[in-house]
Order: sequence, then C-alpha cells, then structure tokens
Amino acid sequence: MAPPRDLIVTALLTPAVITRFSGQQWDLLIRQARRTKLLARLAHTLEGAGLLKAVPMAPRLHLTSALKLANRQDRSLRWEVACICKELADAGVRVTLLKGAAYAMAKLAAANGRSFSDIDILVPKAALLNVESELMLHGWQGGHHDAYDQRYYRRWMHEIPPLRHVRRGTTLDVHHAILPETARVKVNTSALLAAVVPLQGHTNLYVLQPVDMLLHSATHLFHEGDFEKGLRDLFDLDSLLRHLGATPGFWEQLVPRAVTLGLTRPLYYALRYTTLMLDTPVPAHVLEAAQIGKPPALVAWLMDACYVRALRPVHVSTNSPATWVARFALYVRSHWIRMPFYLLAYHLGRKALIRPKLHDDEKPVVKVDLKA
Amino acid sequence: MKISEVPLAELARLLRCGDLLLRLTPFVARVASDVPSLAQDIALMYADFDICPPNVFADFHVQVWRDSGVRRWIKPQARFSFDGQPSFTGLPVAQAFAMLEWGLNWCVAAHSHQYLVIHAAVIEKNGKAVVLPAPPGSGKSTLCAGLVMKGWRLLSDELALYELQSGLIYGMARPISLKNQSIDIIKRLAPDAVMTAPVPDTTKGTIALLRPSVSSVMRVKEPVQATWIVLPNYVHGSPPILAPHSRARTFMLLAEQSFNYDTQGQNGFDAVTALVDRTQCYQFTYSSLDDAQRVFDNLLQGQV
Repeated sequence: MAPPRDLIVTALLTPAVITRFSGQQWDLLIRQARRTKLLARLAHTLEGAGLLKAVPMAPRLHLTSALKLANRQDRSLRWEVACICKELADAGVRVTLLKGAAYAMAKLAAANGRSFSDIDILVPKAALLNVESELMLHGWQGGHHDAYDQRYYRRWMHEIPPLRHVRRGTTLDVHHAILPETARVKVNTSALLAAVVPLQGHTNLYVLQPVDMLLHSATHLFHEGDFEKGLRDLFDLDSLLRHLGATPGFWEQLVPRAVTLGLTRPLYYALRYTTLMLDTPVPAHVLEAAQIGKPPALVAWLMDACYVRALRPVHVSTNSPATWVARFALYVRSHWIRMPFYLLAYHLGRKALIRPKLHDDEKPVVKVDLKA
Repeated sequence: MKISEVPLAELARLLRCGDLLLRLTPFVARVASDVPSLAQDIALMYADFDICPPNVFADFHVQVWRDSGVRRWIKPQARFSFDGQPSFTGLPVAQAFAMLEWGLNWCVAAHSHQYLVIHAAVIEKNGKAVVLPAPPGSGKSTLCAGLVMKGWRLLSDELALYELQSGLIYGMARPISLKNQSIDIIKRLAPDAVMTAPVPDTTKGTIALLRPSVSSVMRVKEPVQATWIVLPNYVHGSPPILAPHSRARTFMLLAEQSFNYDTQGQNGFDAVTALVDRTQCYQFTYSSLDDAQRVFDNLLQGQV
C-alpha cells in the first residue's frame, strides 16, 4: 500500500521536479517544509543539486533564510557542545552525544539543514548524580517541576528533568538510557555504552557507533506519540541508512546488533517505513533478516495503516479524519508501550485531576513581543 | 486591485474563505478570519494596498479565528494562527486587528533573514531618510506619525528591512500604531487623519492605528539610503535638543533592536558598521511635535 506522496517528500526525494512547480505548488511546498522542520533541509538539497537558482524569487528567499538560520544554529551548537564538554571535564565520565547534536558533531549528512531545540547527552546511570552536580556548578538549573514531576522523571524516565543554562538560555537533556525504565522494550544500555566511539578531534566526546545511532533514532521515532517532527525523524533515518550504509560492516551488524540490544521491533518499523515512504535503499537480505522484529500480521497491518498516515506532514493540507485517528491511535500506543497499565492510569489520572501550578516562567508567552 | 475598490461584503467573504491575499510589499500575506470587525479595519487601514489573485505564492498564511465554545459568547476571544498553528495567547475580539498587525510583524521578523530586520521607524523627504530606532516608550511612533502627517514619506513605523548587500532600507508602509495620549496628540495635529477606533485595555494600553498616506503606499517599492539615525527620546516639558550620538552606542542600539542580528553573523556586524559609518547619528530629546517638525526640517536643509 504505497501511499500518495506529499509535496515535501517528492521535492526532497526527486528535487528535479521543482523546476515544473507552479506558484501554488511552491506555496504549499514551503508551508509543508516549514511545518515539518524540513525547510532548511530542502534548501540544502536544492543547493546541492544546483537547483536553488531555478526556484522563483519569493520561495527562494524562504529557503535561503532557513539555510542561514540553520547554519547559525550549527555554529551555536558547536559552541554549546564545547562548553558542556569543558563543564564535564572533571566529572570523570564519558559524554555521549545523541540525536541532532551527534549528527552535527560527527558531520553526518543527517545534520544538513537540521534544526535543534536542545542538546541530548547520554551518561551511565551510576554517574548521574555526579554529572548533575557538576552541571549545576556550571550554571545548569532544573525547571520548576513539582515533586510529582521530579519523581515521575527520576523513578520512571530515561532522563532527568531538562536543564536550562542560566546565562546561555540553552536546554540540555541528560539521559541515562534511551527508553524509559518502565517501557515494555528492555534496552541493553550497558552494551550501548560499551560500544561508543570517540568523536574525532575532541577529548571526552563520544557518539554511538553507526548501527547503534540508527537503532536509537528508530527507537526514538517509533516510541514517540507526537508527530510534529515525525516526518523529519523519518528523513533522519533515511539519511542515516543512506550514509552509514557505506560504513564497512554496517549492514551485516545491523540486525544482530538489534537483537543484542533488544531493539528488533523499532528496527523493523524503521526499515519498513523508510523503504515504503522514502524509497530508502536497503539490501534485500537485511530486510529479510529484520522480519524477526515484525509484529503479528494483524498488528503489522494496523501499524502500516497508522504510520503511513501519521508520518505525513502535520499541516492543514494533510488534515483528515483518517490522519487524526491514526495519530490518536499511535499517541495512545506510545503511552501504552512506555509504561505498564497501572502506572499509566495513575499518571494520566493524576495529570487530569490535579491542575499543575504554573510558575511564571512556564506560562505560555508570546514568542516575540513586537509591539513596543 | 486595491482594497478600497472591493465592496465590504466581498472583503468579508474573502476573509472568511481565506482568499484575501494582501500585498505587503515585498511580501504577500494570505489572511483568513471570522471576526466581522476585521474586514472593516482592513478596509479602512489598508485601503490603498493591492490584493492579489488567490493563485499566487503567499509568504505568510495567517488566521485570526474566534475561540469556539463558551468563549464565543462570554468575553469573546480571538486567536492568531500562523499557517494553522496558534502562535500567541488569545485576546479579546476587539483587539483582533491589533493582533493581526502584531502577528504579521512576528511573521516578517522571524522568517525574513534576507534582511536585517530592525525595530525602527523609517521616514523620507526629498530623497533623504531618517531611521528612528528605539526601545519602547521613547516616543518613536508618535514622532514618526507627527512627521508623516507633515509631509514626510512613511516607509515603516515598526520594522525597517535593511538589505545587507545593497545597504538599502525597505519599508512596508503599514499603519502606524499609536498608544494612549499619542492618539489625541495626532488627532489634534492632523484632524483629517484616518484612524481605527481606539481599543482600550491592550497590553500596551489604549491603541489606535493610523492609516498611512496614499503617496507613501504608492511609493512602497522605493527603498532609501539612510542619511541620519536619530534616537527619539521623549521627555515631558523638555526643549528640543538634537545632540550628536556616538557611533559605537548607535551601533549597539541597532544591534539590540534587530530581531535577527545574531542570525546574520559577520555579515550583520559589517552591515550595521557600514550603516553607522555613512550616516550622522543623533539623539533627539523632545516634548512637542511642532518643535520636532522644525528640527527635522532644519536637518533636511543642512542647518544643523
């Protein structure tokens, strides 16, 4: 069941088609690209294909603007990572970058035109207290979470509450695992940490080894219940598969490694939807071996029906009852597989019945106050 | 076709269907709304602006929708959305037009990095232009409105679009936002001025918008090269004082009052340097618009 392609997907996969786009198609393309956080990625792709000059002036300015912002973010990210690295120099722990920060620092194609909202790092659970106190000494503060939220994070989650730097205003997520402690899938975190690779040109900065990077990205997307960045994350996977695939041994290690880490299910989904929706090239023997992660036929059919809809751009142009139902079903599923039922019921009940006290700095505020 | 040539009922229909494409040179905004008063305000304030056919590329898709449910009837609220995504907190329906203006400012400032977007008013007369950058409360809009009412061309009251390579500044000639006492001051100064009804109790106090002059709108495509940068400084009861201002301080203020200075990197630094280098920088302390007009005319005639 190959789904119809959305404009942003078509433009990213076969950029040459843009030369035939009408004003209205450009209008929709820029909107979908912006909403899916793929505008700078699109600009980068078109630039690489020598097509940016073929774009009419008005949409081109949006593309170049997004590219400018992405380049600026990349520079800020490098500065921020250098700061964090220095701040944790005395913590006596390997600092492993995850997701966007890892792609950018390792100079992977997945980082091209990617936006960042925060930096994610992974440290061993035993070192967590030490890391947290070192970070606090250097100006990182936890948000104003109430006692319940603190307990929720610390007992059940795979990360501590997000930290914010008092002067730089940046956000840092410190993880000690890649899935919540309560999740149904049990990840072998120590195997993950044992195989990290040092980042060239840096001291005490690590990234996951190529297969683990792919598996983490897959685990993240297919445990997620919010699809605002779903398509972007699917393109991350696509990009990782296309480029890490060239690493010697990558394809041979992929499925066995998923077995070791306990991540065969997310790997199955990752290969299924990248190949189905983005034509990602994956060797046939890997696809076949990955079938060990395939759920029972009925579930697999249902998941297909949901994911091909949920992973479409979250934008008014794709709104339909079917996408709504698919996203809602996957939202419920994401909670279902994150924690056992009794815990979920307790957590949701508590969140529904007890209104959180909003602190001043947590109230929704106007992004930029423009009217003096 | 100009907004003033569109019957009000048709304008309201276009708004409801989301087919109103407003040309805010150099941008096009596609506006949708179910707030009945918005069509009137747009007709009044944007009378001389063009509308575009619905099949052209729009830079910004914006919506102002009324909240549904209880909020439709009790203290009705409206909300600004950027391409379907609610972007600001809701405000009383009476503030819908002001909210649209703020939302459009945000759209431009957050997405248009082909320019350095400076929070400044820009006016021009006889081919010479003044940039008035200012933090809130300095009397920038009042001064800008006062001078525009006396024959200066309005480029911008709020956002100066500074093109880095050419050094040229563009404006959109959009309505000027007046606050509190300024509303009556401008009414006294120019009884013919066209304004929206004052809206009380906004976060900025009472607000009214002032329609830009036809000639300003007609010449919206003409950029300017800045001649002066003047920092307005309203001080109650003060005599007019036009004092030279250090280039370094002016630089810092421009950088601070720009929405995307950090995004521009080195180019932004170089461009602001070039701007302060080729202009004369002043601080202007004033309390009366009559004084201000005299001082700015002297400036124009090289008598300062």
